[in-house]
Amino acid sequence: MTHRGSRVLRVGSLARVEGEGALHLRVHNGRVEEARLQIYEPPRFFEAFLRGRSYTEPPDITARVCGICPVAYQMSACQAIEDACGVTVDRPIRDLRRLLYCGEWIESHALHIYLLHAPDFLGCDSAVDLARTDRTAVQRGLRLKQAGNALLTQLGGRAIHPVNVRLGGFHRTPTSAELRPLAEQLRRAAEDARKTVRWVAGFDFPDAVVDADFLALASPSTYAIEGGTPTRLRADGTLTTFPLPSFLDHVREAQVPHSTALHSRLDGRRHLTGPLARYAISGNLLSPAALEAAREAGLGPECRNPYRSVLVRAVEVVYAVDEALRIIDAYEPPPRPYVDVPPVEATGHGATEAPRGLLYHRYRLDAEGTVTDAQLVPPTAQNQGAIEDDLVRSVQTAITDHDASDHELTHLCERLIRNHDPCISCATHFLDLTVERT
Amino acid sequence: MTAPTLAVFKLASCDGCQLTLLDCEDELLALAEKVEIAHFPEASSALRPGPYDLALVEGSVTTPADAERVQEIRAQSRFLVTIGACATAGGIQALRNFSDVEEFTRTVYARPDYIDTLATSTPVSAHVDVDFELRGCPIDRGQLLEVITAFLAGRKPDVPNHSVCFECKRRGTVCVTVAHGTPCLGPVTHAGCGAICPAYGRGCYGCFGPSGSVNLPALIPLLHRDGMDDRDTERFLRTFNAAAFAKERQP
Ligand code: SF4
Ligand code: SF4
Repeated sequence: MTHRGSRVLRVGSLARVEGEGALHLRVHNGRVEEARLQIYEPPRFFEAFLRGRSYTEPPDITARVCGICPVAYQMSACQAIEDACGVTVDRPIRDLRRLLYCGEWIESHALHIYLLHAPDFLGCDSAVDLARTDRTAVQRGLRLKQAGNALLTQLGGRAIHPVNVRLGGFHRTPTSAELRPLAEQLRRAAEDARKTVRWVAGFDFPDAVVDADFLALASPSTYAIEGGTPTRLRADGTLTTFPLPSFLDHVREAQVPHSTALHSRLDGRRHLTGPLARYAISGNLLSPAALEAAREAGLGPECRNPYRSVLVRAVEVVYAVDEALRIIDAYEPPPRPYVDVPPVEATGHGATEAPRGLLYHRYRLDAEGTVTDAQLVPPTAQNQGAIEDDLVRSVQTAITDHDASDHELTHLCERLIRNHDPCISCATHFLDLTVERT
Repeated sequence: MTAPTLAVFKLASCDGCQLTLLDCEDELLALAEKVEIAHFPEASSALRPGPYDLALVEGSVTTPADAERVQEIRAQSRFLVTIGACATAGGIQALRNFSDVEEFTRTVYARPDYIDTLATSTPVSAHVDVDFELRGCPIDRGQLLEVITAFLAGRKPDVPNHSVCFECKRRGTVCVTVAHGTPCLGPVTHAGCGAICPAYGRGCYGCFGPSGSVNLPALIPLLHRDGMDDRDTERFLRTFNAAAFAKERQP
């Protein structure tokens, strides 16, 4: 196929992403007309079968949307349902939730950095391949991931789909003695995390800029993880917030004229959630070690280069490890593992920062506590527009600058998509599942 | 001798079961020296064509395309092992089997006409012969390693099919039903997790599916005694292994 004129490029199956997707790119007379991230992951209908379930069930059920970030689903679900029932959990339980969530950040970020993303920068097909040339690095990554999983296992019972989370708190809270061995493992992980930032900072980063708006939760005095106020940072630097209950008024599905896929937009504009957004909005609240690591790695107060998202993730791992240690050191078992959450006929909203970005849940309950309506808005569904935008821009540059071949473009697009760590299993909710026949 | 080839495939699922393989942090690199990871899109962009010695299949069959794909996977694989509740019992998405899938589609999608889905979510064994089924939502890491090792050594995996109750006894956990009147599916649920839930003070919710010998008529009155009405019982049995427990209920 010639490089000029019209061409259609397909990347049949995207590797090293969670879930299954493909990319469809249309170029006409040297102009990129369309980049469509196609999701052929079959629909699983969570929002449909949550109807009629008891309000106590969404934390266990929605965990199964995604095996890589089950805690995010459990936390957003608990928060939304507790919000509907007018219950707030107190400090020690909130801290334990945050600790569990730190485990997921460490585990999921380490997975993404070492197993899914780093091979792109080092010219390898996989981490196993990478281990042949740099076994020390891969072992460090696996050790880090293990530290995250150890937290999840202790607090949640197991790392994937933890069983210990319930409305109002936990089924059982750990004793101080149970958390102590974790602290030792985490101190080692702190060292591994700092080395990770240094390692990643040495990668070769192409130039690129995302111009989408950033959306992340923000809290007054802490780097937001398990809650906060939706906060938008525009490319021009303006910062605005909106109350969580109006989330669906701001983040809306929209039909894009040239495509049948639905995209979500933030007040009509493309937006990006995830590490770049969190860092830009709350970076000043990172721990001293994480700030130091960011500075050493050459990150300014804001990073808009999607390739460098791997660096921001690494900095977030340093933070999550520090934060986990801080919580463990201050831990005193709460008097009760959970607070009671009696059902109320109401609607509740919950949002937390999944490793990949903001995850919003909304539930409507009747007086008996039966779920009558459920809405889940995962990060990838929000990011998809910005990812496609990024693809169009970068492919255009590659074609204009040096007439890139199909092979180069395929590789470029795969890399670009992996920058954003899309979790395709959870994105299906929004997407066009028909395979375009041309 | 060349290393046996391992392939991992995914149908409708959450990726949790295949992630269990990457969660074998201590064994992952050693395993990669014993087998050739020939096809594992989540972990490697080098995808080699079949045939494969051992295929692990995650997820259930929910689309016409996947129904075809599972035939191809079978044709390419010497041994085919299904991993997890989705692949062995249809998973949580099998809740559609008890409902109207068109209504589900309208609930979730603005343009239901784009959606090409089957009215049921079925396990892989409903479509092709399966050499071994590993249970769990998600599967247990230790059991996964046992299954892979056993197939590589040409022996039968040592995965007992007794109930979670045995594992509570082994772990020394006090029975939550006897001691606290907590509804628990442990007596009818397949062992494998190590009885996590009772150890954390809650009843088993059946994520490993039915065990070898299930006596639901004996269990249901106990659930009623512990405060569950018919609707609660129904939902309790209809979650991650809905289709498998429903089958057990048929006389
Ligand atoms: S069985 Fe459970 S953990 Fe495994 S893929 Fe299905 S939903 Fe995920
Ligand atoms: S006790 Fe039951 S629900 Fe809990 S993890 Fe084990 S099999 Fe799953």
